[in-house]
Amino acid sequence: MPKEDYEIVIGLEVHCELSTKTKIFCSCSTEFGGEPNTHCCPICMAMPGTLPVLNEKVVEYAVKAGLATNCKIAQNSKNDRKNYFYPDLPKAYQISQYDMPLCYDGYVNIETEEGEKTIRLERIHIEEDAGKLNHDDYGRGTFVDLNRAGVPLIECVSKPDLRSKEEVDAYLRKLKSIFEYIEISDCKMQEGSLRADVNVSVRKKGATEFGTRTEMKNMNSFRSISRAIEYEANRQIEVLENGGEITQETLRWDDISGKTFSMRDKEDAQDYRYFPDPDLVAIRLSDEYIENIKNSLPELPESRKKRYLEEYKLIPKAANFVTSSKYYSDLFEEAIAICKNPKTASNLLMSEVARILNEREEEPDQIPFSGKELGELVELIDKGTISSSISKKVLEELFENPKSPSKIIEEKGWIQISDEGAIKEVVSKILEANPQSVADFKAGKDRALGFLVGQAMKETKGKANPQMLNQLFLEELKK
Amino acid sequence: MELYELTVHELIDKLEKGETTSEEITKSYFDRIKEKDGQVKAYVSTMEEQAIAKAKQIDSDRKAGKKLSKFAGIPIGIKDNMCITGTCTTCSSKMLENFVAPYDAMVIEKLNAEDMIYLGKMNMDEFAMGSSTENSAFFPTHNPWDLSRVPGGSSGGSAAAVASDMAPWTLGSDTGGSIRQPASLCGVVGLKPTYGMVSRFGLVAFASSLDQIGPITKDVTDSALLLNLIAGHDERDTTSIETPKKDYTKSLINDVKGMKIGVPKEYLGEGTSAEVKEAMFKVIKKYQELGATVEECSLDIGQYASAVYYILACAEASSNLGRFDGIRYGYRTENCENLKDIYKNSRSEGFGAEVKRRIILGTYVLSSGYYDAYYKKAQKVRTIIKKAYNELFEKYDLLLTPVSPTTAFKMSEKLSDPLQMYLADICTVPVNIGGLPGMSIPCDVDSEGLPIGFQLIAKPFAEETIFRAAYTYEQNTNFREEHRPTFKGGEQ
Amino acid sequence: MANITREEIIHIAKLAMLNLSEQEIEHYTKDMQEILAYAEMINQIDTSDTDETIGATEQKNKFRKDEVMEFKTREDLLQNAPSQDEGMFQIPKVIN
Repeated sequence: MPKEDYEIVIGLEVHCELSTKTKIFCSCSTEFGGEPNTHCCPICMAMPGTLPVLNEKVVEYAVKAGLATNCKIAQNSKNDRKNYFYPDLPKAYQISQYDMPLCYDGYVNIETEEGEKTIRLERIHIEEDAGKLNHDDYGRGTFVDLNRAGVPLIECVSKPDLRSKEEVDAYLRKLKSIFEYIEISDCKMQEGSLRADVNVSVRKKGATEFGTRTEMKNMNSFRSISRAIEYEANRQIEVLENGGEITQETLRWDDISGKTFSMRDKEDAQDYRYFPDPDLVAIRLSDEYIENIKNSLPELPESRKKRYLEEYKLIPKAANFVTSSKYYSDLFEEAIAICKNPKTASNLLMSEVARILNEREEEPDQIPFSGKELGELVELIDKGTISSSISKKVLEELFENPKSPSKIIEEKGWIQISDEGAIKEVVSKILEANPQSVADFKAGKDRALGFLVGQAMKETKGKANPQMLNQLFLEELKK
Repeated sequence: MELYELTVHELIDKLEKGETTSEEITKSYFDRIKEKDGQVKAYVSTMEEQAIAKAKQIDSDRKAGKKLSKFAGIPIGIKDNMCITGTCTTCSSKMLENFVAPYDAMVIEKLNAEDMIYLGKMNMDEFAMGSSTENSAFFPTHNPWDLSRVPGGSSGGSAAAVASDMAPWTLGSDTGGSIRQPASLCGVVGLKPTYGMVSRFGLVAFASSLDQIGPITKDVTDSALLLNLIAGHDERDTTSIETPKKDYTKSLINDVKGMKIGVPKEYLGEGTSAEVKEAMFKVIKKYQELGATVEECSLDIGQYASAVYYILACAEASSNLGRFDGIRYGYRTENCENLKDIYKNSRSEGFGAEVKRRIILGTYVLSSGYYDAYYKKAQKVRTIIKKAYNELFEKYDLLLTPVSPTTAFKMSEKLSDPLQMYLADICTVPVNIGGLPGMSIPCDVDSEGLPIGFQLIAKPFAEETIFRAAYTYEQNTNFREEHRPTFKGGEQ
Repeated sequence: MANITREEIIHIAKLAMLNLSEQEIEHYTKDMQEILAYAEMINQIDTSDTDETIGATEQKNKFRKDEVMEFKTREDLLQNAPSQDEGMFQIPKVIN
């Protein structure tokens, strides 16, 4: 049976580190980096006799996430212990939430080339991150660093509503964008602050039962997630086509070989022995508390999009693009406050900034300059100080060495030539060198003008003011 | 009378009058420890050098007229499951034999603020699991009233030290009777405060929803004084409860007229020895004479408390003790080539038999397929037990029961029968299940001269009622004057 | 249900990261059978209308402010480590 006859079913458990100042159960800093075991205390090191106290911001951020993803917020909630042994888990239990998550029954809408689709969220709960194991190459062993142990996470569990890697990509980008908008996480995938466990199964189209799923844990790049889904779905189809069966198991995706590998032997089947953590008390959220958080939510992408269409008259494609990331959107708003030109600002983002990011294999949160620089750049174009072709070079330079665009063009000598005398000189020179084109033009071939302007641009390394060039050529040719 | 024989309020009196110094007091305890601890073995470690240096410092501060707490320079012994910065906290386990605490327990911070002096750390059943202090990985503690018998447990070292005048008072911890039962078996006063009254921060957890720190003292007045010092809300323990600060010495009133005391008949049934029962009837009579109304009542559901207790306490313990893995602190096996070895061998070699038994029981009741039948069911029965207590306290100010169904039993008598050992807590366990305050007050000795205690139980945060009734009893009887430990039975 | 088997004890010991000798397995199997037989008395109680107790107190919403307070020194936290290097806890190589 061909591949096209199968349907891929994907569910995601997205882990997102919250950008609180302190850890979930102690007052240690959540700062990324730092010498090993320096953001630690007796509590996150699970010294005997220590007790956890829940960070109020963690609850607030999780409720924000829930409200922004259309979840219901539980008025009664609690923390549970998930018991298992691993060296990155100092208490030998992770404090998480089992049967009473803070948020449940939500959804987000995604857009792919196939159109709009609703992806349901089963739940969002709070839990603590584990520490880090460093392996050394000289065979001396493994080294445990607990700086990350106790950093707060939310886990967002989707229903198995996703059907393709494109949908997964759109869903993840949507979640990431929402969490960035509501400022609960920096969502830096490269630092692991957004990562996903991906559950994949396949079934014949039209089947009502789900197939057996496999899980790939801790995936932290869009690219590997797409590749892994594709590989794993094909692998499963192949197994089924060859009359085999899929084993429910946890797999490890290896980015280098582009394959999945089995992680645990089945003998070690886990039994997490969840039970309510007796060191922590119940979480009871009042309607008032939830209402206050609802009122404090910033403007979400859907609403910004609407505003961009109506107020700034952006075309839908541009409005969609700019609001796809809070970083784009904030950059955009900051820029147009300066340059008052939404169209050019959005065009630069959509065409040039996106292209450069793509070339650099980076995400919008890694844009090194602010809306101030972008706004100034648009202004320079509008004033005719630089041409649009120079603006591309300025943007590239902004990625390398972010500073004021006017300074960049000054240093690089990219200022547009608008001096009439200077341009006249160039025009005369080009006309002299291209008698044939002059003759063509006079014979009625308008295209010859374009060629001459192009030659002049080449001569001035793109710095000549194109309108002036045009005008002066016309004047001379008509003489 | 020797200094070490005095109660703390008597010592304070002498210090205030200038009749003695902190150094003299402290030295008298270390002399006593040298004399008696070879037999009793109440201390896991002593802190003589530090203690005497601190005592000298306080004496000179006091002489210089510096404003000091009235408890400054008063010694105390601490059960070895509470952390004191820079000193060993072993929980009487091989697992933590060399563990140096990097921080202070909340109770220690409070005692430090009073400039109190630590004599040392008290022996206990390993990780507070046991009722005889025989489960200490280092050595058992002996009962000063008969050295061939157990002092009770798990705070056996804390109770035996007070009984044998090796400490004026001590801190113990009580999960299912671990303060009250050894206090009763050693003839001293032991109080388990209401759950949430004393911060558990820095107390190495056995069963988080049941553990509570409390004082073991020579008399009721000292108990009130020590509770004053350690009680209070702590933001670092979310189960600690915000209540207005009280002065419990104000409850030391010699009057129980009009007080209503209920005696649940189930605790004076078959399981309780005749001599203990007889002692209870004498206490009841005394209270009646003093003007209290004493009535028989029923706590039928109480008989299920031990079953509930062992399910819940072991479940919590199995999880609480997961952190002892030989990675960050504690015992690590020599015998390891891979990670699994570190875990399995360190834990198997580092934990004693009883601790392993409870970890296995606790793991089992939480495991897939059994959670609902054991853990969840037990939590439901717990709700019913709490409700039954609430109903009784609508009628009575206090409940009166024995502390232990028997007096001190012989060493190793119950070691081979874990269930029998568990049932030694039958009178004390329900109080922890209910989160209630309970006090053990010595009242008599049996025919072999072994102490018997009775227990007063009140509703949550009604320690004042307990203090008043206990104080009244003490003022109108003469246990301490008439009975002292004999240290007999040493040479077998 | 109290008829807990040897195999279950072995499984439980594995979950709890304990090595048990043959003799220990035998003892603990017997102990568990006895203790669980006793514990099962709770099944006599009708709890169909009862909620389980969650936590020992009725307290709720005990939260902490999100304010950083760093612990004094790493040395104090590492002083008990059976094996350490470069400020980290050292263990035998963990294979993924």
